[in-house]
Amino acid sequence: MSGMAPGADQAIPPAETAEVELYHPHSWLTKYVFSQDAKVIGIQYSLTAIAIGMVALVLSWLMRLQLGFPGTFSFIDANTYYQFITMHGMIMVVYLLTALFLGGFGNYLIPLMVGARDMVFPYVNMLSYWIYLLAVLVLVASFFVPGGPTGAGWTLYPPQAILSGTPGQEWGIILMLLSLALFIIGFTMGGLNYAVTVLQARARGMTLMRMPLTVWGIFTATVMALLAFPALFVGAVMMLFDRLLGTSFFMPTLVEMGQQLRYGGGSPILFQHLFWFFGHPEVYIVALPAFGIVSDLISTHARRNIFGYRMMVWAIVIIGALSFVVWAHHMYVSGMHPYFGFFFATTTLIIAIPTAIKVYNWVLTLWRGNIHLTLPMLFALAFIVTFVNGGLTGLFLGNVVVDVPLSDTMFVVAHFHMVMGVAPILVIFGGIYHWYPKITGRMMNEAMGQFHFWVTFLGAYAIFFPMHYLGLLGIPRRYHELGEMSFVPASAHDLNAFISIVALVVGFAQLVFLFNLAWSLRHGRLAGGNPWNATTLEWQTPETPPGHGNWGKELPVVYRWAYDYSVPGAEQDYLPQNHPGPARGTAGTAA
Amino acid sequence: MIVTLLFMLVLAAVAGWWLLKHGLGSRPWLETDPAGPLPGPEPSLLPEAKLGLGVFLTVAAALLAMLVSSYLMRMDMEDWRPLPWPRLLWFNTGVLVLSSVALHGAVAAARREEMAGLRRGLLAGGAGAAVFLVGQLLAWRQLSAAGYRLSTNPADAFFYLVTAVHGLHVLGGLVALGRTVARLPDGRVTQRLRLSVELCATYWHFLLLAWLVLFALLAFSPSFLWLYEICTAPLR
Repeated sequence: MSGMAPGADQAIPPAETAEVELYHPHSWLTKYVFSQDAKVIGIQYSLTAIAIGMVALVLSWLMRLQLGFPGTFSFIDANTYYQFITMHGMIMVVYLLTALFLGGFGNYLIPLMVGARDMVFPYVNMLSYWIYLLAVLVLVASFFVPGGPTGAGWTLYPPQAILSGTPGQEWGIILMLLSLALFIIGFTMGGLNYAVTVLQARARGMTLMRMPLTVWGIFTATVMALLAFPALFVGAVMMLFDRLLGTSFFMPTLVEMGQQLRYGGGSPILFQHLFWFFGHPEVYIVALPAFGIVSDLISTHARRNIFGYRMMVWAIVIIGALSFVVWAHHMYVSGMHPYFGFFFATTTLIIAIPTAIKVYNWVLTLWRGNIHLTLPMLFALAFIVTFVNGGLTGLFLGNVVVDVPLSDTMFVVAHFHMVMGVAPILVIFGGIYHWYPKITGRMMNEAMGQFHFWVTFLGAYAIFFPMHYLGLLGIPRRYHELGEMSFVPASAHDLNAFISIVALVVGFAQLVFLFNLAWSLRHGRLAGGNPWNATTLEWQTPETPPGHGNWGKELPVVYRWAYDYSVPGAEQDYLPQNHPGPARGTAGTAA
Repeated sequence: MIVTLLFMLVLAAVAGWWLLKHGLGSRPWLETDPAGPLPGPEPSLLPEAKLGLGVFLTVAAALLAMLVSSYLMRMDMEDWRPLPWPRLLWFNTGVLVLSSVALHGAVAAARREEMAGLRRGLLAGGAGAAVFLVGQLLAWRQLSAAGYRLSTNPADAFFYLVTAVHGLHVLGGLVALGRTVARLPDGRVTQRLRLSVELCATYWHFLLLAWLVLFALLAFSPSFLWLYEICTAPLR
């Protein structure tokens, strides 16, 4: 490699790691429960995230039942509806998507993909999971406390979040803030591991620019999360102080039922700044791992090297950096100086450039590729379509004058569900279908997978595409019942009922997916070590599923980048990263 | 949020420089020459623990940057009434400086493999930090005795919050230092012990720097309000 500093080889780690350096479990308990093995921790993270995600799924059903058939279900009133909204949003964004991408995929894939034996701080990694689990349990506990969970909306805006009249004002909001603080502490422990492992524990020959894009996506998202979550932490702690100790960080002088409250002098806008300084990078914390994973899925299943690898890496890094200077576009309706609005609209639109580069590169990778319509590929293709759709409406909403009238309508619900709800979840499914054979040694059932894909993809469109039209009509979001509104035609109510029925169907399709996960564990077709003929290191492990320490006796040595598919002159249509020959373009014998 | 943005800008500059230095411009698809020299990961002689601490300190610094930003935003509002900060803070600051110096001495002693000097440095550093914490608690008592409580005024609440966050970090540092001191009776300066001492010292210097920034903010920011106003004048 040109440009290498002299003496670089001094820093190359030895090919063999001494046995003593690796942590060894001694009992069933330390092997499967209090495990320090990143693979087990990754599976623990994933299963916990999926479990709490099922709670959020049920909550979305309840919301849709109310919206589609208002007044039919006596157990849903305005208060419970707000509680469902709040918990659904918070669980999906933080406890499912963030935890699953970084804690689940990150833990399982980073060490395997960079050729390490494990994360660099295994003990801290284990703590990370258990604190995450504690955060989830505290969150679930809020369903069972007097007053129920908080109904302040997932943004938890003060002052209403801690005023009486908002459901969950007694205990729900306290547990919510506590749970978020715990989550952030747990994530920081995990994040330290993911970042340092990528920086320090790569195998010999694995330069930064030879890393698969999955690792780039997860790594960049981790760095962003480490910097963005402190804002939420500060906000959560300050609001806890306001609620419990009577401070007034966010609470202005208030009169409630004719009586002046003890609060005074706080600034609600301050919370919005802190929240969205976390909240907007959070969108990309979820999106960047999805970008990375989808790049690898497309390249592998189209048997073609990723188009514009360098540009893809640069785009990931640039999106990560830019996403820190767009947060106030969530606050246009809170009012701001016109110069600020101009600044944030501009930065928001600029993000479209690196994002568009990525979309073009995915499409160009597919162009004249040998496309295998496997389950991971189907989900990857569906992701591209959905992401483009959601991204384009984002361009609308990024402009102040368009955002202000649309901000409180279903248009925004449709936009963010498309771009950061459905799109990343499609990638999660694709990723699970792709890596399941490595994790368990068996393929997932194809027929059930096809059913799951088509119902989920078409169903998600049937749910969220019409919502754009509802939004343009002016149907407000956050209303538990529309009631009599002259501008709402009868067809809008019919559409709402239709969306609700589809939502129930799509939800049930997810149960098929869960059944498939369990069923294939015993009955799936045996996969072998590398069923997709993929190049990246995780498919080259000596055992499947990978054993403790991942690599047997010797660590892998990396000779090439992650995308040598269909290399001219090579014997197979792919060359694994640890495959020494032949040089590209030379017709010769593959060893 | 200007302070936070400046902080992020510095981080982005460092990260960008680092990435450029580590071959972000290379063309990996052309690099497949099995006969050539084997490119390793880029040289980085930092132990993992040091890098881990560095990442953690960056996160802690981000946390403080958010606090400082919140403080400045709130201070900018018309009804801001700063509190009279206790003179005791000068003493506490001095103690924290001494504590940091002591740990610096401990690192030097560890490099020279001087067991006695190492022990003296660690204990003096730990004692200094403990005295600092007690001093902070006393400052809290003085303030609340004078009627400046957590819930009286946003300025007071910020004072307690900021000092509490910093104090908790010092407390965490004392735990780490305690674990290092527990390794002392081995009687030999091992590689591992030296690393622990260095990590503690780095953490102490960071906390000292953070405290100096916070102290300047809590105690002297009202006198520099005009500077802040000039900087943000075009946006008013």
